[in-house]
Amino acid sequence: MLLIPCPICGARPEAEFTYAGEAHIARPVDPAALDDHAWGEFLYARTNPKGDHAERWRHTHGCGRFFNALRNTHTDRFTASYLAGATRPHGTPTTESLDAPAMRSETEQWGQA
Amino acid sequence: MSIRFSFDGRTYQGEPGDTLASALLANGVRLMGRSFKYHRPRGPLAAGSEEPNALVEVDRGGGARTPNLRATQVELYDGLVARSQNRFPSLGFDVGAVNDAAAPVLSAGFYYKTFMAPEGAWAKLYEPLIRRAAGLGRAPEVADPDHYASRYAHCDVLVIGSGPAGLAAAVGASQTGARVILCDEQPRFGGSLLSDRNARIDGMAAADWVAAQVGTLAARPDVTLLTRTTAFGWYPDNMIGLAQRLTDHLPDPDPALPRERLWQVRAKQVVIAAGAIERPLVFSGNDRPGVMLADAARTYAVCYRAAPGRRAVIATTSDTAYRAALDLQASCVEVALIADARQVADGPLPAAARAAGIRVETGMQVLATRGRRGIRVAIVGHVDADGRVRSREWVRCSLLGMSGGWTPSLHLFSQSRGKLRYDATTETFLPGESAAAERSAGACRGVHGLEDVLLDGAMAGSAAAHDAGFDAPGPVRRRVEGAMAARWTAPVPSRRKQRRAFVDFQNDVTSKDLLLATQEGFHSIEHVKRYTTTGMATDQGKTSNMNALSIVAAELGRPVPAVGLTTFRPPYTPVTFGTLAAYSRGVLFDPVRTTPVHGWAAAHGAVFEDIGLWKRARYFPRGSEGMHGAVARECRTVRAAVGLFDASTLGKIEVVGPDAAEFMNRMYVNPWTKLAPGRCRYGLMLGENGFLLDDGVAGRLAPDRFHVTTTTGGAPRVLALMEDFLQTEWPDLRVWLTSVTEQWAVLAVQGPRARDVLTPLVDGFDISAAAMPHMSVAVGSIGGVPMRLFRVSFTGELGFEVNVPAGHAMAVWEALHARVEALGGCTYGTEAMHVLRAEKGYIIVGQESDGTATLGDLGLEWAIGKAKRDFVGKRSLNRPDMTAAGRRQLVGLLTADPGYVLDEGAQLTAHAPPPPGTRSLGHVTSSYGEATLGHSIALAMLADGRARRGETLYVQRAGGMVPVRVVDPVFLDPEGVRLNA
Ligand SMILES: [Zn+2]
Repeated sequence: MLLIPCPICGARPEAEFTYAGEAHIARPVDPAALDDHAWGEFLYARTNPKGDHAERWRHTHGCGRFFNALRNTHTDRFTASYLAGATRPHGTPTTESLDAPAMRSETEQWGQA
Repeated sequence: MSIRFSFDGRTYQGEPGDTLASALLANGVRLMGRSFKYHRPRGPLAAGSEEPNALVEVDRGGGARTPNLRATQVELYDGLVARSQNRFPSLGFDVGAVNDAAAPVLSAGFYYKTFMAPEGAWAKLYEPLIRRAAGLGRAPEVADPDHYASRYAHCDVLVIGSGPAGLAAAVGASQTGARVILCDEQPRFGGSLLSDRNARIDGMAAADWVAAQVGTLAARPDVTLLTRTTAFGWYPDNMIGLAQRLTDHLPDPDPALPRERLWQVRAKQVVIAAGAIERPLVFSGNDRPGVMLADAARTYAVCYRAAPGRRAVIATTSDTAYRAALDLQASCVEVALIADARQVADGPLPAAARAAGIRVETGMQVLATRGRRGIRVAIVGHVDADGRVRSREWVRCSLLGMSGGWTPSLHLFSQSRGKLRYDATTETFLPGESAAAERSAGACRGVHGLEDVLLDGAMAGSAAAHDAGFDAPGPVRRRVEGAMAARWTAPVPSRRKQRRAFVDFQNDVTSKDLLLATQEGFHSIEHVKRYTTTGMATDQGKTSNMNALSIVAAELGRPVPAVGLTTFRPPYTPVTFGTLAAYSRGVLFDPVRTTPVHGWAAAHGAVFEDIGLWKRARYFPRGSEGMHGAVARECRTVRAAVGLFDASTLGKIEVVGPDAAEFMNRMYVNPWTKLAPGRCRYGLMLGENGFLLDDGVAGRLAPDRFHVTTTTGGAPRVLALMEDFLQTEWPDLRVWLTSVTEQWAVLAVQGPRARDVLTPLVDGFDISAAAMPHMSVAVGSIGGVPMRLFRVSFTGELGFEVNVPAGHAMAVWEALHARVEALGGCTYGTEAMHVLRAEKGYIIVGQESDGTATLGDLGLEWAIGKAKRDFVGKRSLNRPDMTAAGRRQLVGLLTADPGYVLDEGAQLTAHAPPPPGTRSLGHVTSSYGEATLGHSIALAMLADGRARRGETLYVQRAGGMVPVRVVDPVFLDPEGVRLNA
């Protein structure tokens, strides 16, 4: 059973966690502006690398937080974990996500119901 | 003191400390099993856990019967009942042995080649026959009466194996203060030292030295000592699975004790001291009872005083078998000959054997054996370097001890993903680069000679403790006398083209099978393994892998490492299901969730159904009513008067915060901003892919507070999705989510008299149609109990859902029930609920929808907040396929015969019978018999369904097709008069 490093609770057994897919795939700020291909890529295209993979986990049976971790898909070892919204460590700048919510929270982005 | 036991119905006597194998050998019984495929008579090959042949079942009565146990590991106790396996009618005369005569046709790949056709014959004809004829023990037929335990443990250093290396490692690691666990699969610690009658360590006999070390370890408070405990599997991040056998060796175990215990040990560092396994030689008839590993013969004679024969021939390619010959001779076994395949044998051990008067022949190999149920003659001969036989001699013997050198036990190292390294000098694989926090010590990493092994173990123990963060003093070199150095040389290649020369004893794979596989083009060892099944039996190829590999490599003319070694997989030895399941049986495996009304429902005769983990009352039969009668009565009563229904399993989430409405806008398709407090909406949630995920009514209790309901099964999924978006996409929203499923019981009162039921019970507030119209919610109390009252309906009738704290639910239920009964109503269950909602055309997520249904398909587009620019899944609604023609849409179906009930899942076609190749137009999703409408009804998902209303289509049934008319899915009160009453 893997030990997964929760950035809040520390290393805990895998059974406490839920996997939540690849990290740093930001939900587009204005989905309507994307053409079908781009939206399809957002929904379904994933990098599936051999090596370090930035992925989302939730410490479901613990603090309940979603966080990001780097796991080597070849060795199945975690090399880093960090809070959701933080930049991916070890280089590789990300397109997401710290500043994006502020932009998105504007009501006009969402329109009035 | 002697012990009585029985084997195949005959009673024997044994000694304390015996295994079943040693006791049988002491009684002159060599035949202990029949082989897997050819039903050849077999005796024990080994004396330990690597045993491939002597598999037995032990029966403790009362269903406690365990098959496939190695007789070499079954500890004798008074009254033990054991039976051989894979023989009919008896072990001595087995009709299956005809397979042996047919061996030329039962070669490698025989099953693949022979049983290909006709289609279907495999499952019906061949497989049952083969399973009967070839195979291992019988599976138990009743539930395991024993119970099992499980625990987690953490330690600094786990030492696996307690031979000289493991003991030294445990002593070395624990003296630093590190928490140490030492485990060994044997009943006693000591490993090979227990059968060492020659060596003296620090002036002590080997066994005394072992006792002293174990005493030292036992006195240390942070040391856990586990005998009868197999480290069977290595799992990520140094979690090691240990199986501890607690009662199998006891004649009359306390029933309160668990039979076995699973340990899941998280170790900072691991020392693997798994030792080495002797390698058999490959020659014709090397599987006859009486032919065994030389060191196993020595162990039986020395440790158990159970000489496995009177007159022995030893065949070897290395020095250690000379030690076996000398010990056998000292145990009064006549050693007629040592046949050493090497051209030269001049180390101290061969010299000692010669000095003891044993005939030693170099350049000599065993060519074949003779004997019906056990070896009587070894045919030996001088073989030159080209493999030519120069002489031939028959030697009478009842024991043939063979040694092809030693194979380091790499199973756990390999499971830890460590890389193997090939040592060409000894032709063995050794541990190479580590992938986990572990190190190997002693014979399992190719270290030999007792003094070196002890030092290697001590060093490994110190280093492990150091790496775990402890100050470790340097290891001590032990003074060893009397252990003669054994020369380690490469094994002599076996002569290849021999009949019945077994490589894998447990799966009956011969050298010929391997040669055939290479001739047929299987050049990767992984392919050879699967084609011939070598190494695939329960013994995981412990005695066979290296021989198979060297034969294949020689045949292909390639070096051994180029052919590669197959993967080692857990478990090291078989582990019982009981141990792996441990406490996870019955309700601890599959927990049961019950509502506060459950006990009342059970007492009132409810029939329950499982919905996920929930028990839900399905119907409440009266008198002699069957399900159909009860459900029809419940439905009619709801439509005519009133019904009371326990809906407490509904998922409930409280969405609270200043941005709660904005959050709801983003998560659900519906508009929420303008929903006034005190009002409800039927919420629909999509996945980002645009397909329906969940539904449920949400009520706005206050501007910043929503009481959201979900489907019974969808609650965890919905909450997780909400949390995901809230935490990762919109952390700026000030919203908090709380699961309140268990906090609020939901008691649904549905039917034209529903308001009459509630009016006298609610505490001073107005529930008239004007004050509480359909889709409204109010906070108040009922009989003094806090209440959230929803006016909602899942039946098509005037309805209320009374939400009260779970702890007060029974009192409120009793009060409601009294009123319902007084007004001519009744309780109803989930089955009536399903019928009532289907009559009204209400969908159930997961029944009408299947993860590919859009709101358009289900006729629910009206719920979408058109003014919203975005919500989860909105963009996907415009993808071309989501709006294309031909999508399946929700419709109703009526049969010509009002009593006929369609099968749910049945396919729809335009013609009857459909021509071959016809594609289904859709399928029936819900179907119910006549209840309140005078006819049966069905819902279906039908291609372009709305445009097909009025058409006649056909539904498959057993033995034919049924015509159906496509209609609107709302069968009852499409205007909503009853609902809004
Ligand atoms: Zn956590």
